[in-house]
Amino acid sequence: MNGLEAFLLTVIAAATPLLLAATGELVVERAGVLNLGVEGMMATGAVVAFAVALMSGSPLLGVLAGALAGMVVVLPFVFLTQVLAASQVASGLALALFGLGLSGLIGEGFVGQPGVRLEKLHIPGLSDIPFIGPVIFGHDVLVYLSFFMTALVAWLLFRTRVGLLLRAVGTNHDAAHALGHPVRRIRTLAILFGGLMAGLAGAYLSVSYTPQWVEDMTAGRGWIALALVVFATWRPLRVLAGAYLFGTVWILGLHAQASGYGLPPQLLSALPYLATIIALVIIARNRTLTLANTPAMIGRPFMPER
Amino acid sequence: MARNRRRTSEEKAPGAAPAGAAAGKGSGTAATAETATDAPLLEVCGVVRHFGMLAANDDVWLSLKAGEIHALLGENGAGKSTLVKIIYGVLRPDAGRLLLHGKPFHPASPAQARAAGIGMVFQHFSLFEPLTVAENIALALDDAHEMDALKQRILQVSEEYGLPLDPDAMVADLSVGERQRVEIVRCLLADPRIIILDEPTSVLTPQEAQALFATLKKLAAEGRGILYITHRLEEVREICDRATIMRHGRVVEEITPSEHSARQIARLMVGADVHAVEAPPPADLGVPALHVRDLTLPADGPFGTALFEVSLDVRIGEVVAIAGVAGNGQRALFAALSGERLAQNRGAVFIMGHDVSRLGINARRQAGAAFVPEERMGHAAVAEMTLAENLLLTRHAVDDGLVRHRFIDHDRVRATAQRVIDEYDVRNAAPGRMASALSGGNLQKFIMGRELDRRPKVLVVNQPTWGVDAGAAALIRQALIDLARHGAGVLVISQDLDEIFEVADRIAVISRGELSAARPASELTREDIGLMMAGAHEQRNGGDSRRTQA
Repeated sequence: MNGLEAFLLTVIAAATPLLLAATGELVVERAGVLNLGVEGMMATGAVVAFAVALMSGSPLLGVLAGALAGMVVVLPFVFLTQVLAASQVASGLALALFGLGLSGLIGEGFVGQPGVRLEKLHIPGLSDIPFIGPVIFGHDVLVYLSFFMTALVAWLLFRTRVGLLLRAVGTNHDAAHALGHPVRRIRTLAILFGGLMAGLAGAYLSVSYTPQWVEDMTAGRGWIALALVVFATWRPLRVLAGAYLFGTVWILGLHAQASGYGLPPQLLSALPYLATIIALVIIARNRTLTLANTPAMIGRPFMPER
Repeated sequence: MARNRRRTSEEKAPGAAPAGAAAGKGSGTAATAETATDAPLLEVCGVVRHFGMLAANDDVWLSLKAGEIHALLGENGAGKSTLVKIIYGVLRPDAGRLLLHGKPFHPASPAQARAAGIGMVFQHFSLFEPLTVAENIALALDDAHEMDALKQRILQVSEEYGLPLDPDAMVADLSVGERQRVEIVRCLLADPRIIILDEPTSVLTPQEAQALFATLKKLAAEGRGILYITHRLEEVREICDRATIMRHGRVVEEITPSEHSARQIARLMVGADVHAVEAPPPADLGVPALHVRDLTLPADGPFGTALFEVSLDVRIGEVVAIAGVAGNGQRALFAALSGERLAQNRGAVFIMGHDVSRLGINARRQAGAAFVPEERMGHAAVAEMTLAENLLLTRHAVDDGLVRHRFIDHDRVRATAQRVIDEYDVRNAAPGRMASALSGGNLQKFIMGRELDRRPKVLVVNQPTWGVDAGAAALIRQALIDLARHGAGVLVISQDLDEIFEVADRIAVISRGELSAARPASELTREDIGLMMAGAHEQRNGGDSRRTQA
């Protein structure tokens, strides 16, 4: 394994959880809902995935449980924002804190226990090709799933009626309601999808990236995912680009630290954030295009008159 | 005349049916049209609907026949919108029932109403701006359509009814008239038997309105029933066969519009005589109170409009009006005059001879100007503040002694608010009441009064009577004229041509951010203004009227 190959593998590992969580949040925000609780959903997904994988011995079962946990933990948010029309910002922040706390509670007994790692796929022939094999064909199922889901979301959003409905609800919920579309049902499904994706992102951390459980192991990735969605102007392929740019600069920073050039570590750890923001701001320079993609109803509660 | 028209439409209807069937529109048309003579398409029987304590609909009766254009008239808050929302399944009635083709009909959702053959064109466009025309239309059709097939159908229907549209255009880029076509085509694609239009012409140029009337007559001749909501009584007399008039949630009268004058109809709507606005000819005009020279300003957003070399004089003693279709730069022009946006260089905006181009709102007020923006709530007034506080918000910086040594003189503020309430007949109001407690018309009277009470030398007002009752509108228009004649320059930005001809001494037209020269109102006809609205005066685009005409 040469240096470049190792570097690319670590970049992919760093980018995958961001991509999963941000793609989920993109769908939520396209429906006009701002869910700030990504971090909490990820943490819950991570701990549940770890626990189920450990107890059942099946990392795949753990991944499924993590995804499910993300959907379950977001249910109070659905109730608050869609049934009671409460503030999405307050409810989302509460979900972030609640999810972190809950994950700490569930994970108390699992701290320090050795985890079960999700196996890498081995495709006979392809995976054995030098360099290309490990970099392209040697990952676990979640890495491929992250790409597949991004493509699926892009296709659904812009090529299907479901996506049209989702965008319509996020653009003008009053008009969508007047046309007879079930605004709150569509939003609820979008939020659940966001929970599922955040749960998967968490599961990736605890059964693939570092198969163990430590408190706060999400380390702010949920917040980065949120920022990625905004800077990517709510477009799936830009989320993909942003996630990988972030991962690349982050790993570069680690290498620079290790190489001992004497750069201040604080600067290096800030670098991925700066690079991502600068790149995406440059992409988003075209204000017309940006605003055309911005879900106008984002964060606005909807209550139909009856 | 209406009788004649109705007979012709009934004669036409069966004749039109085969044409319709030939165009692939189904065979139901002929049968419906033949039985149409007396059996109503839709009957509303004793519908009641409350919102809290308010009875928005109180025992409403109405019948709509096939082949007729039926006007639904009434002031704001008379209950028209509530009634059509009930018919379209958006709201449910508390009591009473609907009969569709003589059978009970209880739409639980707009989808059910559409399935039963009811189509609706909304007053406030229910379009999705970042989506394309075809996507917008797909959203209103319940069967998921193949996009390419849908585009073909859009082109087919838009050609058949003279409503040209580009299915791939983004709605945000369309003019108001084009957006309305999208709404109508969207409604027609479902082949409805009943079409409800909520104030469709309030945003159209006269030429666009005429084109719409032709489409509506064609639709009625096919045996469809059209329920038409409007405030424009001349229009009702021109195209409607019958009219149902509502007041305070009840039906007060059903009439044949052509047998009544607009004034008689207005009296039925209001329940009292409407004050006639009197505009004495302006005396010798004084110095320019407001002087604008070559004002150019970039657009402030993707959907905003840039201003291009706008020049204008408003002299003491006169009312100048700016006509134009919404979205042609009125908002930007108002912001540039009021100081919400500063000009890019000095020498562009003068108030009473002072160059205020680079000065903010308060400095412009101190120079003698007052401003009334378009949106009452959120721009002209703060909903959660009392009337007295709202009064202070625009007057704290200008004399009056309302603020002394940086402290508010509350007694004086309240007394001034009370004076405004009394003088401008603001009903249901007190200085300590929240702005949100007032109806739109009364709040507008208060906001106008707040500025008029200062006796400004320059008044700039955007849409002074938008959504205001006929009665209150007449008072406000009279106040504008009186202010000018007592020594002020008044600039009115409006989309309402009736209003403009009522108040204005001179008229200019804004289109795509360019302002025409102001010409005396007596020299202009509605048709002249319609042509200017379509951009005939523009320097950058010449007479290109791509956006307005087919």
